Amino acid sequence: MIRLQNISFDHCIKCTVCTVYCPVARATHHFPGPKQSGPDTERLRIKSPELLDESLKYCTNCKRCEIACPSNVKIADIIQSSKWRYFKKSLRPRDFFLAHTDLMGSVATRASLLVNFFIKLPPVKLFLDLFFRIPSERRFPKYARGSFLAWYKKHRAEQEAFAERAVYFPGCYVNYNNHELGKDVVTVLNAMNIGVIVSYEKCCGVPLIANGYIDRARKNALLNINSLAASAAESGARIISASSSCSFALKHEYRNLLELDNSAIFDSLDYITRFIHERFLKGNLPELKPVRLRAAYHSPCHLERMGGVMNTIEVLKKIPGLDLTILHSECCGIAGTYGFKKEYYRVSQKVGAELFKRIERADPQIVITDCETCKWQIEMSTPYRVEHPVTVLARSIDGGKL
Amino acid sequence: MRRIETEAIVIGGGATGAGTLRDLSLRGVRAVLIEKSDIASGTTGRNHGLLHSGARYAVNDLESARECISENRILKKIARHCIEDTGGLFVTLPEDDPSYHGKLIEHCRYAGIRCEEIGVREALRMEPNLNPEILSALRVPDGTIDPFRLTSANVLDAQERGASVFTHTEVEEILRDGDRAAGVRCRDRLTGEKIEIYAGIIVNASGVWGQRLSASAGIELRMFPSKGSMLIIDYRINNKVVNRCRVPSDGDIIVPGDTVSLIGTTSKKVDYDRIDEITVDDDEIATLLESGEKLIPSVSRARVLRAYCGVRPLIAVSGEMDGREISRGIVLIDHEKRDAVGGLITIAGGKLMTYRLMAEMAADLACAKLKAGKKCRTHRTPLPGSERRVDQARSVKFFTGIPNSVVGSTLYRHGHRIRNILHREKRNYGLICECEMVTEGEIEYALKKLNVRDIVDLRRRTRIGMGPCQGQLCAYRAAGLFVKYDSATSDESNKMLVDFLEERWKGIKPVLWGDALREVEFGYWIYQGLFGLGDVRFEEEAEKR
Repeated sequence: MIRLQNISFDHCIKCTVCTVYCPVARATHHFPGPKQSGPDTERLRIKSPELLDESLKYCTNCKRCEIACPSNVKIADIIQSSKWRYFKKSLRPRDFFLAHTDLMGSVATRASLLVNFFIKLPPVKLFLDLFFRIPSERRFPKYARGSFLAWYKKHRAEQEAFAERAVYFPGCYVNYNNHELGKDVVTVLNAMNIGVIVSYEKCCGVPLIANGYIDRARKNALLNINSLAASAAESGARIISASSSCSFALKHEYRNLLELDNSAIFDSLDYITRFIHERFLKGNLPELKPVRLRAAYHSPCHLERMGGVMNTIEVLKKIPGLDLTILHSECCGIAGTYGFKKEYYRVSQKVGAELFKRIERADPQIVITDCETCKWQIEMSTPYRVEHPVTVLARSIDGGKL
Repeated sequence: MRRIETEAIVIGGGATGAGTLRDLSLRGVRAVLIEKSDIASGTTGRNHGLLHSGARYAVNDLESARECISENRILKKIARHCIEDTGGLFVTLPEDDPSYHGKLIEHCRYAGIRCEEIGVREALRMEPNLNPEILSALRVPDGTIDPFRLTSANVLDAQERGASVFTHTEVEEILRDGDRAAGVRCRDRLTGEKIEIYAGIIVNASGVWGQRLSASAGIELRMFPSKGSMLIIDYRINNKVVNRCRVPSDGDIIVPGDTVSLIGTTSKKVDYDRIDEITVDDDEIATLLESGEKLIPSVSRARVLRAYCGVRPLIAVSGEMDGREISRGIVLIDHEKRDAVGGLITIAGGKLMTYRLMAEMAADLACAKLKAGKKCRTHRTPLPGSERRVDQARSVKFFTGIPNSVVGSTLYRHGHRIRNILHREKRNYGLICECEMVTEGEIEYALKKLNVRDIVDLRRRTRIGMGPCQGQLCAYRAAGLFVKYDSATSDESNKMLVDFLEERWKGIKPVLWGDALREVEFGYWIYQGLFGLGDVRFEEEAEKR
């Protein structure tokens, strides 16, 4: 059956610049590149779905091809939608486990100490490697005790007291793994006299999309759109997210890939540093204490695609004492759940190798990046600690130690 | 000068000529084919590739319709790999005369064509991009046929049975021996070599060019050239042939052909002396786009790849008539009876669909004159590539390691012969044409087996350069392979490259807007900006000789 919803492949003039910029095509010859997997073979798949190539599974959905494309072809969208449109659905316990982050999170946070202890044990790792094909080299992020939402409930009243408020979408990582980042968001916004309304219904859908659970992703997306729109309407506030991939999904993937109407949140939704930078420019600049550190900033792919990197850089530049090196834009290779799969692990590490080399050359005291999965990848693959820009800003505000 | 003696000469490498060559070879008659350009480069390759069910002709020309449906059934058996059994629809638009619908059903019954009425909703389910305002729909056993593959397979089979083929060789004169046509004198247009071929019988299957050829033997044959133009859309916008249910007129069919869709056709008179220089006119493009959009509205959003036109091989029996009114019936002329010139027969008229029948008629007459040869077997002997039904899933498994898109595309083009083309050596399946998945192996096969003499010929055998980029990334790679496989010197391959790009440009020029324009600009940067191809000077070797 021919479906012509996404005919942007028709605009491809075969200049191949996407393949030149593709970090995966550079790392492995198994991936023929975004041009071949996207617009070229989409024509063939329209003719006959049997002409589907397995190799397009190597795509990490980093979207660098779409940034490079001079013809506005939604290359990564074409590849991602081919993954679930044409491949046979089968039972994949590992992918299910990796994709359903909120389900796993809500279970694991109940016994986080135990989970964190067990997941590090070599026999467990070996078991996961052998039976679930999760590479034993891969380090899992630690689960926190309880959820961020539970913490927030205790502080809701004081946040609602602020005259100006912003709706904050914390995402699975903050809710289940890193409450501190969520608290830092609150610290920073409070210092700017803005209250934080947390609205969190479901996982944004990034891992679900990547693993082909599109129906689930659509369900989540609809819930999120409705709850965020409702919260924003109540307080007339902006919606922010401190995860570059979550905000990218909420803003762009819902619309382009899941083909849902997200116009209710589209205009008011921003990645956090854009929101902060705008306020800084308007003069809402809290008092910042020096953070005397040598830092290297890595820009995540999805933030690049949104065009939000300059906001983060401008915000970081405001912090006195911070000696900032902007790293050459490279993909770290983890691509969410991609790096957790044994078949892609090597590719994932090879993609990131260039970035790791550049970080070592910069020899910073900390690495700063906006994306949680980039953080896991860099912390696992280099000896450096990685922090979120909002965390660095929060320490500059409260004078705490970083 | 070379001198060849054989039993039969066939002039014209279109479907009819190639079919006649194969028919004769199957009957055990030694035959030689002469084609002035390339196989299927004339009218055969310049139509919309519709495997007619006959429904299109049922109302006006019942005899043609009957021929079509009977050949349709035969071709589905003998030429599987050249055919896609897509099925076809006849849809009535609000502005069309609704009574034609009933008339068509009735006439299809007379002609023995299965034609069933289906609901509008069912039609839209089958073809989701169809204009939702259609009033009614009929389903007929239309399909698509690739004329290049079909003709090439006929030639390949004949060659495997001992026939000889001379492409790019023009007949300069029919040699007379008293009141008989004894042979032909021809010239290889690429090397300049002169060849004389003598045979007991000459079959003129040169279609619309037959008028000129017969004149050289002192015979008058009036052809009635009528031009038909078509547009190619970048990708498949439909999966079934979509016909407009009305009296045949301009722009009333959209045919899915391999990876593209074609909108056809127009009909315009042309002067006989201009048949080699016809081009698509702007008003034809406007008509085709406008009517195409009425059938499938998304035509307006899709990229038009190219426009091309062909000359209908209609033979004027008496008086002048409009191109569409004139009978498309088959004309077989025994010049011994008509003009008192022995040893020469002409097979003309007809259409791509009836090529096999025409070949059978011509070969029957030729054999009767030669008093040799067996009975016709072309209706039951499958063409090379169609010997056996090939299961795609099994082929994909057999070629594990080669991308499905490559295996599937090669299988689609060459059928059972895929085993002669693909193997798991990396160099063999390296892509040369990235739009149509043409591999180095396929090009090697075409160069060695399929009478390829330049890149334009190669395109007809493999689809190289027929995708969205129109040769931008594959043409120079192919030119290199000609040298690698000793099919040309590097100078010759450069010249080929220029000719190929010019040939592509000819079809793009009429539709130069939007993405096609951007594409061409980029191609210009590559070939002129990067390679400086326009500044390469060629020695006119052929001229000197």
